[in-house]
Amino acid sequence: MAAAEIPRVTASVVLPKTALQKIFENLQKAGFQLVGPALRDEAVVIGELDTVDDLPRGFGDEQKPGSYRLRQRNDGNWFAYTPGAHSWKQFLLPPRLALYSVKKDGKTWHLQRPKSTALHYAFIGVRACDLNAIFVQDRIFISETYRDPHYTRQREQMFVLAVNCSTASSSCFCASMKTGPKATSGFDLALTELPDAFLLEVGSEVGSEALRSTGWQLATAFDLGRAAQVLQSTQRQMQRSMRTDDLPQLLYRNLEHPRWDQVAARCLSCANCTLVCPTCFCTTVEDTSDLLGAAAGRTRVWDSCYVSDFSHVHGGNQRPTTRSRYRQWLTHKLASWMDQFGVLGCVGCGRCITWCPVGIDLTEEVAAIRETGAR
Amino acid sequence: MSTTPMEQDIHARHDPMVPSSATIRAIRPEAYGISTFTLALDDAAAAKKYAFQPGQFNMLYLPGFGEVAISMSSDPAQPETIEHTIRYAGSVTRAMGRLKPGDILGVRGPFGTAWPAKQAEGKDLLIVTGGIGLAPLRPMILAVLRQRAAFGRVVLLYGARTPQDLLYTSQFPEWQKQGVEVHVTVDRADEHWRGQVGVVPMLFYRININHSKALVLTCGPEVMMRFVIYEALARRVPKESIFVSMERNMKCGVGLCGHCQLGPHFICKQGPVLNYTTLEPFFGREDF
Repeated sequence: MAAAEIPRVTASVVLPKTALQKIFENLQKAGFQLVGPALRDEAVVIGELDTVDDLPRGFGDEQKPGSYRLRQRNDGNWFAYTPGAHSWKQFLLPPRLALYSVKKDGKTWHLQRPKSTALHYAFIGVRACDLNAIFVQDRIFISETYRDPHYTRQREQMFVLAVNCSTASSSCFCASMKTGPKATSGFDLALTELPDAFLLEVGSEVGSEALRSTGWQLATAFDLGRAAQVLQSTQRQMQRSMRTDDLPQLLYRNLEHPRWDQVAARCLSCANCTLVCPTCFCTTVEDTSDLLGAAAGRTRVWDSCYVSDFSHVHGGNQRPTTRSRYRQWLTHKLASWMDQFGVLGCVGCGRCITWCPVGIDLTEEVAAIRETGAR
Repeated sequence: MSTTPMEQDIHARHDPMVPSSATIRAIRPEAYGISTFTLALDDAAAAKKYAFQPGQFNMLYLPGFGEVAISMSSDPAQPETIEHTIRYAGSVTRAMGRLKPGDILGVRGPFGTAWPAKQAEGKDLLIVTGGIGLAPLRPMILAVLRQRAAFGRVVLLYGARTPQDLLYTSQFPEWQKQGVEVHVTVDRADEHWRGQVGVVPMLFYRININHSKALVLTCGPEVMMRFVIYEALARRVPKESIFVSMERNMKCGVGLCGHCQLGPHFICKQGPVLNYTTLEPFFGREDF
């Protein structure tokens, strides 16, 4: 049987690990800027990739509440790390985005919008939790009434190479949130790492095209079985979980639970959790002007509900205490988000647990409220 | 990239954050530190298309200073001149206080929900406001007066800290002539004040309410509205008949920036006017 040049969509193929370089080249030829896992400052971050040599091959990490350590592994696996502090949010919802500038010309103004900085990004190594986080933000920024133009443009022209997780960190709890560890939709290619090869599911025609001349072969039942085992083992490694069935009602019923005071005594209101969270979307706008007031600009920047003037109205802040801010964050994620967007605002990536300087674990906080709260 | 006059930027219309320019036609002092700005959109086509409902708001932009969410305070039947009653309270509004007629402001809007005009027909309207809270209700009063016969009683309960802080008082005689019962109170009187002294909710004790016919529309400080709701509920006005206009910090006005949340509600989208039944679980909750 003569092999086709590219696999059909929905096919699963295997290819030697080194052939990933060819996929990179195919994507680059198609005009994509590759971004994915890279080593920086002793952590796995998301940065620009030129070749597969930029990947953190052979590195893993150890995560626990308030702690992240990079670890050299002895298996040489390419994708054995778990998500670090960065998420794909920084490309879709940039930390700083110029909105427009204004020049005064006598009595009239001239408003100038910056050239779009949206690029054709190929996201390499998107984990299932993070893919679901993108779906969550889609509901916010591509709504029927108003759209965020940058987000929408960026989203329309991006490529996703998802990576199914072969390890779970101690902070992970995607299995209980039903957002992982396997990417089930919304990818162009989804990769599972086997000891000797990559198994790739083809999710789109662009994904199929990226496999041209890579030496791919259709996956056998044996390969598929091995990939399924990888995912089962990842799921078994997960130590944390969160019960979600009655979450919104549980938290709404317990807005005055003493646990909020307890967690407020530990929380520093530092906003780390909102910055690393792949779904947190709050922004504010910075205004600038020249000394004469003849030119001015506006820049949208990430904001956080932990910042003291986030809720400022004349006469004071709506949420002046850490208790009120932590409660706002958690009830938004796990209760009101559902009312607003029809999904929970948490995908179980565990970043807020790892990157909390005092190691506050939201799964623990919810469990404590569930145990002792009003039912 | 070449610059284009604000109103001609076609692409700008697709970006909900980009304002249109409007010229200030007049600035009318209303009370100490409060003025009404009359605006007209500069682009003729945009001005023609512009329409708002009582209770909605615009985001007003002053370059270099920022944006503020301000309700329209004028007659919605005359959308070609849009009025905003502004209190010089923060850095943006204080800078606006230095503007003159002929100067330009940026405008985005209209945003948010409106007072329930249709539902109000045939009902007794009880409009309960404090301070600048009367501004978002003035369009409703003016709209009601245009078809006065369609409504039952129209009662305005209004108060401010001092007599000098009362808004639109020169228009009260005209409103009264057209069938609005006006009851005014101040927290602190001066030597010229001959009216009621006390907080706004106390005005409930000066009127009788037919609870089955009443529709309460309230806007003012939250603590005032809390007691307005108590008084209304105590008189058996159903929760469904109480509408509240809320205020929260706003950066975008279109539900994208996250600032104005109150529980499940984005005050810019589900509000500012909310029915009390949806607001009740979260309203008045400390620091929420």
